[in-house]
Amino acid sequence: MTEPLVKPKKKNPVERTRLATRPPAARSRSALGLTRAAAEGRFEMQVCAECGAVQYPPREVCGRCLSERLAWKPVDDRGELLATTTLRHSNDPYFRERLPWRVGSVKMAAGPVVVAHVHEDCTANGAVRLALKLDRSGQAVIHALPAKNTPNMNEAPQMRESTCDPKFRRVLVSDGKSAMGLAVAEAMLDAGAATVFVGDPTIWKRVAAFDRLAADPRVQVVELDVTDTDSVKRLAASIGGKVEILVNTAAYLRDGGILGRKDVILARDAMDVNVLGPMRLAQAFGPGMCFRAADGTHGAVAWVNVLSIHALVALPGRGAWSASMAAALSAAQTLRAELRGAGVQVVNVFPGPIDEEWEQLTPPPKLAPATVAKAIVQGLQDGREDIYVGDIAEEIRERLRHNHKAVERELGQ
Amino acid sequence: MSAPARPRRGYDGVVATMPVTVPYARYSTRSAHWWLGRALGALIAGAGLAKDEVDGVCVSSFTLGPDTAVGLMQHLGMSPRWLDHIPMGGASGVVALRRAARAVQAGDAEVIACIAGDTNQVDSFRNTVSQFSRFAQDAVYPYGAGGPNASFALLTDYYMKRFGATREDFGKLCVAQRDNALANPHALMKKPLTLQQYLDARPITDPIHLFDCVMPCAGAEAYLVMTEARARALKLPFARIRSTIERHNAFPDDPIQFRGGWAMDKDALYEHAGAAPADIDFVETYDDYPVINMMQFEDLGFCAKGEAPAFVRAHRFNLAGDFPFNTSGGQLSVGQAGAAGGYLGTVQALRQLTGGAGATQLHGARLGLVSGFGMINYDRGLCSGAAILERGATP
Repeated sequence: MTEPLVKPKKKNPVERTRLATRPPAARSRSALGLTRAAAEGRFEMQVCAECGAVQYPPREVCGRCLSERLAWKPVDDRGELLATTTLRHSNDPYFRERLPWRVGSVKMAAGPVVVAHVHEDCTANGAVRLALKLDRSGQAVIHALPAKNTPNMNEAPQMRESTCDPKFRRVLVSDGKSAMGLAVAEAMLDAGAATVFVGDPTIWKRVAAFDRLAADPRVQVVELDVTDTDSVKRLAASIGGKVEILVNTAAYLRDGGILGRKDVILARDAMDVNVLGPMRLAQAFGPGMCFRAADGTHGAVAWVNVLSIHALVALPGRGAWSASMAAALSAAQTLRAELRGAGVQVVNVFPGPIDEEWEQLTPPPKLAPATVAKAIVQGLQDGREDIYVGDIAEEIRERLRHNHKAVERELGQ
Repeated sequence: MSAPARPRRGYDGVVATMPVTVPYARYSTRSAHWWLGRALGALIAGAGLAKDEVDGVCVSSFTLGPDTAVGLMQHLGMSPRWLDHIPMGGASGVVALRRAARAVQAGDAEVIACIAGDTNQVDSFRNTVSQFSRFAQDAVYPYGAGGPNASFALLTDYYMKRFGATREDFGKLCVAQRDNALANPHALMKKPLTLQQYLDARPITDPIHLFDCVMPCAGAEAYLVMTEARARALKLPFARIRSTIERHNAFPDDPIQFRGGWAMDKDALYEHAGAAPADIDFVETYDDYPVINMMQFEDLGFCAKGEAPAFVRAHRFNLAGDFPFNTSGGQLSVGQAGAAGGYLGTVQALRQLTGGAGATQLHGARLGLVSGFGMINYDRGLCSGAAILERGATP
């Protein structure tokens, strides 16, 4: 049985902070198909379109019939442990710091044999289920998990390396006063976060729910306006070394296309909050998070951007805002590349419309902020990096896959 | 698997000779070219040949990069009319022998130098392991980066559970090999090993413990293949090649490796040699981990599948034993000089059969069996080979 995590003691300031190392990151291009599936928490392998053989390790042509028609598809994740070993030696610095480390051979019900990380609660020769997760290199790895969930299983040291569980971590919610920010802060507390720093961009404005939240002893209200570089820097100087998960909930959403206006003030404001905001945050908090990425069992792990499904395709009725979402996604991709060196995961959240004041005129279905917040927490616990929330987001995504030109035309009507 | 329908030709008139070892070093600041060049030099000097009389070369090396055998020829100033590069790790020695023998037999070359060597710089093992193969890079190395220790730990775990082998059984083989190594001046391991020391060793990757692991080192091994007439003219003692086999990616549907390609080809091996396992005077296996020795005992017909633990308990494996085995000490006690590890058994067998084995010499040994095993590409070793060699005339 996995030992439950122990709340970390106050850090000894005299001790050296362990710097981040990364597990081996090199993969063939075919193997990155696993990374795509892991990013969204799916379990996929290549399946031969001609003979149906499931391929692993990833191949260029079918190992059975030599067909080149290999498609990534969900496959049966069940398997049986054939053999296990506990490494007490490794050739790689990342694993050397994390020994002992259990791995094993698993015969999949779907056919192939995989070498996998093996959860400590798996019994030798027992049934397992396999999951694709992103390791601290941001690459997919296969974890063999007990066939049925066991208590505290997500708290095993091996799982902590492939997930971003908020438990006992300190979280900064950049705008804690918005409906979304309030919900994220509450969900983080429910998930066992040690501290939630909630940013307040509008200290002159009273919000009852915010005041109730602030009464929780685990919550610390901090002044933070993402459009104000000084404000961001001041906060980073104060708590930058404590933030282990940063959720950027600061958002600016207004209706209006491009031709309907005679100026770009609205567009500039959207860019200032939605694009330059996370850039300011990244410049101020990113280096500190990278420095603490491997700091014990509770190192800095995740940077969460709450975007919108319209980061992928514009909603012309909100043209300036859509452009800012697309730009924010692009910036997040760069940030992902920059934080990957330390193993800090950039998580992008793509919800459909959220039930909050600026979406007042949007017809249902709309997502309760709590639903989005729960999906974020679940995604962090599972170690996903792209989280699509709600039926509208899923539907737009499906339509984009099918015919992105059709989506452009239809959203523009 | 039955023997091939078409009868195979023998290796009449072709012999192997001039076993050479470039003494190993734990670490070396030299490159693989140095080790391979030294081996070639020793072959030429030892055989009394002029350099240009070697008209064929066969090379195996992991650390020669970015060069291949081609670049090595310019480096060494050779102009062979036959050149081969065999990337089969532990099976290289046997495979080089059978390739070279056919080339000499066909007249494509007169004298072929088979050389294998690697350097071992402080970080070269990690580099070799991390870039060993695409499947290893994609699907093994990211899982703890245990290298071959981890792969063999899984095979050993499975084998122990399925067939009841114990650590004492593996230990008995390791201790016998160490006894043999103490008589081999080339062996890097100079201290005796007791079974208790073996059992008390620290765990590396359960159930693999320290003395189950080979020690990576630098070194080279080499031999010559030529016609019997040429060997006689050069007054070189030689060994005849009675039979050889090779196989790659055998039994791909076995979920985990508990047998190697020998099991597919052993009938052909003995039939072609006109010999049976009982006729074999000594055995040199590929021994990077003791479990693979047990598989070779089984798959080469010395006992049935699953009976190697009992076989080990019933025999003695040192030089004075009833089943002389890995008479050089094997890689476990000599050291694993990269691809040269795949030549160790062949070179030692040639020594035994040409009377050059020094203090490890077995008296009256006439038939020796060498087997090779190489390349854990993903979850199992893919290459297997074996040869039965016979003592030739001593001039």
